[in-house]
Amino acid sequence: MRAKTFRKGIHPPGNKERTAAIPIEVLPAPKRVVLPLCQHIGAPAQPLVTVGEEVTAGQKIAEAQGMVSATLHASISGKVTAIEEWPHPTGKQLPAIVIENTGGQGFSPAPGVNPGRPLAEITGEEIKELMRAGGLVGMGGAALPTHVKYYPPAGKKIEYIILNGAECEPFLTCDHRLMLERPEAVLYGLKAMMKTAGAKKGYIGVELNKADVIKVLQEKASGDPTIEIVPLRVKYPQGEERMLIYAITGRVVPTGGLPVDVGVVVNNVGTAAALADLLQTGKPLISRVITVTGEGINEPKNLEVPLGTLLEDIVAHCGGLKDNAGRIILGGPMTGPAHYRLDLPVIKGTCGILIQTREEIGEMEYMDCIRCGKCVEICPFSLLPNYLGLYAEKNRLEEAKRYGVMECRECGSCAYVCPSRRPLTQWIKDAKRKITAAQRKTG
Amino acid sequence: METTQLTVSPAPHIRARQSTAGIMWMVVTALLPAAAAGVVLFGRPALIVIISSILAAVLAEALCQWVMGRRITVGDGSAAVTGLLLALTLPPELPWWMTISGAAFAIIIGKQVFGGLGHNLFNPALAGRAFLLASWPTAMMTWKWPAGSLSWAGGSADAVAGATVLELARRGFFAQHGVQVPYSQLFMGNIAGSIGETSALALLLGAVFLLAFQVIDWRIPLGYLGALAVLAVLAGQNPVFHLLSGGVLIGAFFMATDYVTTPITPGGRFFFGLGCGVLTFLIRIYGGYPEGVTYAILLMNAAAPLLEKATIPKRFGEVRANV
Repeated sequence: MRAKTFRKGIHPPGNKERTAAIPIEVLPAPKRVVLPLCQHIGAPAQPLVTVGEEVTAGQKIAEAQGMVSATLHASISGKVTAIEEWPHPTGKQLPAIVIENTGGQGFSPAPGVNPGRPLAEITGEEIKELMRAGGLVGMGGAALPTHVKYYPPAGKKIEYIILNGAECEPFLTCDHRLMLERPEAVLYGLKAMMKTAGAKKGYIGVELNKADVIKVLQEKASGDPTIEIVPLRVKYPQGEERMLIYAITGRVVPTGGLPVDVGVVVNNVGTAAALADLLQTGKPLISRVITVTGEGINEPKNLEVPLGTLLEDIVAHCGGLKDNAGRIILGGPMTGPAHYRLDLPVIKGTCGILIQTREEIGEMEYMDCIRCGKCVEICPFSLLPNYLGLYAEKNRLEEAKRYGVMECRECGSCAYVCPSRRPLTQWIKDAKRKITAAQRKTG
Repeated sequence: METTQLTVSPAPHIRARQSTAGIMWMVVTALLPAAAAGVVLFGRPALIVIISSILAAVLAEALCQWVMGRRITVGDGSAAVTGLLLALTLPPELPWWMTISGAAFAIIIGKQVFGGLGHNLFNPALAGRAFLLASWPTAMMTWKWPAGSLSWAGGSADAVAGATVLELARRGFFAQHGVQVPYSQLFMGNIAGSIGETSALALLLGAVFLLAFQVIDWRIPLGYLGALAVLAVLAGQNPVFHLLSGGVLIGAFFMATDYVTTPITPGGRFFFGLGCGVLTFLIRIYGGYPEGVTYAILLMNAAAPLLEKATIPKRFGEVRANV
């Protein structure tokens, strides 16, 4: 199979075999869910319910505020017991709606959906409205409200929709299982997205380590010349948006620009499946598939969980933590943040929970840069991470800017390869945050 | 839930296996064949030079860091690399106290005054060698042929006994006497020269090891050896002779590839190697010394920041205004 790829990058061990062959299991509705009002990029939603109110799964409980924001739905049926600040995966305390389970089954479909209506009869405008009504956001991690991508700036045309099925983060297998078990939903979602955007072609990029998925998708899509399944080389960060676009189309998104500048919209395969569910059954975004994995968990699994399910309930369902569990990571090991508490909820952008053991946590102490150049050799954006790290560490933000710190997408590859164990990505993130804050201040 | 000791730290949470100390010890490993060849060829004096140089370098590093109240980091292996590299560039019978002075200079002036590992401008081992060359030129150019290695010279054996093949070529010895350059000896290392520079075979073994594990960047030796060979051909000289004689191989694979003192950009590294090759050739042909590797690399060290600035790669997505 001829596989496409981008330049540079790294080859961390995949560690996917723990869960790659385990079918997705549906987690029974927990006794309580916690739904933060902000699970997406943009303005938090406004609550529509009050404490004490009974809600059913799928019911809209918070309204999106403006264009870049996402509507929120109850993920289980129950009673609203609190609207209060709760620990959030970002590390902050943010307002959330707490629902206690009362044992109700099923869900109420999103208004405006007519399940069973063929795609040919639904217009692109309707789909965009449904994306908003269904609370759809990007499920690869960034959680940008999905509809936003389908309002291109004046004069820009979307030619291609690319579904990101690379799943390049080690350990994670949720997209793998989803594509394997629900290929029709993924393809249906892609067709709907193409229709919404008026795109002439749809691609699904899948890394070669998921040969079974490539085969299944190619079979299912064989009759459709507008859809192409693209095998990708196993390399990190293959699923980084701009690397994926380059690998598949050869187009380079200009610095400071957006994928739409080169006529492309990228969505995660999970988002496509969620869109298919919404259009076919009226189910808004109230659950998602996550991978629970790592040396530190007793029973690794792929789970479909209601949004707002707390980590502690998921961990308990997976046989609990091992005695030597030492680090809890939300998402993959390359970019996911580490957390110290298990009362965090799964939100729309949570791809997985990785539990490492204490033995796996390496030396934290770092040395001076020896200028070995490994970070320069692998940086997919051809930056000089060693200098970005040095300038950021010393708070020399002007120089960091000149060396392109704002162009870094924080994939973590430089810190991964650094033999002196320098926390380059962390310094770079800090510098970016400070520069953005300063710009906001000066307006 | 019972309490578990949890660590919170920034992503990425997995790291490549190769560490800085690991790299240094790999360089030491790669130099072992050359060091062993030196001891076999030149005997016990060579072993004494090697051991005293390494010990002096490591002790000087520890002492400096202790005096400055810094963390003592001799375990990272970088001082041992400097000591070993320096020893391999010294004549086999150099007095031990000269060796120690050179190693101390390399670490203290060549490295620690700049701030230690990662901060020095010049290759510390070569700085130490340049210091010795300036301080005790005679001792530093006293050469010895390994026992029984002069049979190729026939009746002229006495005339060549104290000289390296480079010096002999410079004097026009081979042409005058109609004697063939002993190429197989040049390759095996059975000739006069510094402890670790004579055996091309041993050095190439180490070089292959470092290249295979991507410890060193191939662009530097390619530029270095390529430039030297091309210039030799253009000047009507034998490129193989230039590559195998003197310190070119140890320089190209082990000195010019030092991370700290070379450009970090891929393009910069190639041009750095190229510059080393050109300077080595110019010094050999026009300079006051028969060999030019030390000064070629030191001069290019000085040019490294400039080369780096000139070769910053184009960023992904960068739209240059005047393209």
